[in-house]
Amino acid sequence: MNRINKLFQNKHERILSVYFTAGYPKLDDTVPVIQELVKNGVDLIEIGMPFSDPVADGPVIQGSSLVALQNGMSVHKLFDQLKDIRQSVDIPLILMGYINPVIQFGVDAFCQKCREVGIDGLIIPDLPLAVYEEEYKAIFEVNNLHNIFLITPQTSDDRLRRIDEASSGFIYMVSSNSTTGAKEGVTDFQNVYFERISKFGLKNPRLIGFGISSAETFRNACNYAHGAIIGSAFVKALGTDLPLNEKVSQFVKTIATEV
Amino acid sequence: MDYQVNKKGYYGEFGGAYIPEMMVPNIEELENRYMEIIQSYDFKQEFVSLLKNYAGRPSPLYFAKRLSEKYQSNIFLKREDLNHTGSHKINNTIGQILVAKKLGKTRIIAETGAGQHGLATATVCALMGLKCIVYMGAVDVERQAPNVKKMRMLGAEVISAVSGNQTLKDATNEAMRDWINNPIDTFYIIGSVVGPHPYPDMVARFQSVISEEMRWQLDEQVGRENPDRIIACVGGGSNAAGAFYHYLDQEGVELIGVEAAGKGIDTSETAATITLGTPGVLHSSRSFLMQTDDGQIIEPYSISAGLDYPGIGPLHAHLFKTGRAKYLWATDAEVLDAALELTQLEGIIPALESAHALAVLPKIKLSPEEITVINISGRGDKDMETYLKHFGY
Ligand SMILES: Cc1ncc(COP(=O)(O)O)c(C=O)c1O
Repeated sequence: MNRINKLFQNKHERILSVYFTAGYPKLDDTVPVIQELVKNGVDLIEIGMPFSDPVADGPVIQGSSLVALQNGMSVHKLFDQLKDIRQSVDIPLILMGYINPVIQFGVDAFCQKCREVGIDGLIIPDLPLAVYEEEYKAIFEVNNLHNIFLITPQTSDDRLRRIDEASSGFIYMVSSNSTTGAKEGVTDFQNVYFERISKFGLKNPRLIGFGISSAETFRNACNYAHGAIIGSAFVKALGTDLPLNEKVSQFVKTIATEV
Repeated sequence: MDYQVNKKGYYGEFGGAYIPEMMVPNIEELENRYMEIIQSYDFKQEFVSLLKNYAGRPSPLYFAKRLSEKYQSNIFLKREDLNHTGSHKINNTIGQILVAKKLGKTRIIAETGAGQHGLATATVCALMGLKCIVYMGAVDVERQAPNVKKMRMLGAEVISAVSGNQTLKDATNEAMRDWINNPIDTFYIIGSVVGPHPYPDMVARFQSVISEEMRWQLDEQVGRENPDRIIACVGGGSNAAGAFYHYLDQEGVELIGVEAAGKGIDTSETAATITLGTPGVLHSSRSFLMQTDDGQIIEPYSISAGLDYPGIGPLHAHLFKTGRAKYLWATDAEVLDAALELTQLEGIIPALESAHALAVLPKIKLSPEEITVINISGRGDKDMETYLKHFGY
């Protein structure tokens, strides 16, 4: 069974998913960051594949992507780094990135590599639903990879149903109309949207992401979904000068004391 | 051969709409409504009237006598440089702002390289009383300073994009991020035949007025609608798309696009996307790109701020792939020579971008009976500093 499904089967609330950019802050930090996150009890990890033109990302992830690329990060390098990851890590791992590097690697080859190293799902914001269904779905499924779709406050009911139908792992609820990390705090508008979605009767579990940066925003998101995703706030913490293990443990503690 | 976009938004294998979910509602709305809007009687009336009475169309088709003598052939210049705001960009911004109004949008965003599209957008926003925000790479803000000042005087806010190479690609990234963050009241006026479907088709339709006029102007002046050849520069490819549009099915008309080779196609400082690029996805459409093996976009370079874009509109990728159009290139040095040549033979100072189209004249075979039309996409006012620096006047 795919590790994502297993996670949602065993845990129904306060699921903490953390995003970071591979190859940041140092090229070889990818695996240590994953291991430290696991040690501190996170439930799921999204490994960002840096891209030169991340249009859906705010300044923090733009910055980490640039540094990672300057460090020499690439898709090939990432698969190299993750080669033995399943010897030490059993939580679900997802790769997140833009479509062009995947196309250049070769979609088939990319998905096979994901399977080989033990990746459970993919989040590719600029891979549209229709193109996924026509050209990618079969390849993803053969390699036991879940494609994770985003929804936003603007997503229509009709499209929500279609996305729910096409999803198999969980649905990524973008918390507001924004690029990653852009908005601080929680607004009433957001809670109305969270409420609408939680009552919509989706068959897939949901995680809320974008702008989740503190214990308070995490707790609020968990009131409406199975858990939440933290990206920019963690990447910001990775950019500080502490030793890696301290950066990670301090950060996870501030978010979710009782994970 | 079919050179029009298909129902799914592709030209052959190129195009599409590789957009994040956050952009879906706006792009779907536009896709569902643009044809109905631009084919409506009201829209057509207003569009044609503004092109004529505001932008100054039709733009002249001018027989360049001394240039023709020099190249021993017949060369006509399509004078988009004489449009209001100094380039072909106004054709598109008038069209798109009318679409934006029909969609009830009140805030306009745009990206710009040379500043010509930003200027044309700021202009129509002033005309319509809409708020205007223009993203421009920090490097371009420097090298196209006169246009920045004009945009500000027109009431636009010019935001300097400091990511990446700080040129056109980065300005486009910032504009897309703005639209993601402001999906309700905002319309993105894209400046070329790039971006997600339906933009490439919509922009090509607005620019197609260039070749529509060429047909009757040629008929009037030489008794036939078709020239033997049309030459236009390509950045994203909108002036070329407009100059080619009504001739796409006339296979006897040779179509030539000219890319910016910068310091040369064997250097890393170049923007010759079709010559050097490979297929991939940038700014939501599949086309040729300058990229690494890892799929990272390579920062382009050209002396002209309007051509240093690492992609190209999907229509051009398709025209190249099918062999319908040829794509040549010109280096910075060739372009400067060509600009000076036109200036001193015809008394017309072209934009650096447009000078790329002129710069291939010495490289192609022209015969005395043939008719060649060169699209002069813009005027050189914005480039005076660069020209003066190189020519030392
Ligand atoms: C005068 C002029 N010509 C050409 C271009 C290139 O754009 P396109 O290839 O879309 O015509 C620009 C862009 O800024 C321009 O200002």
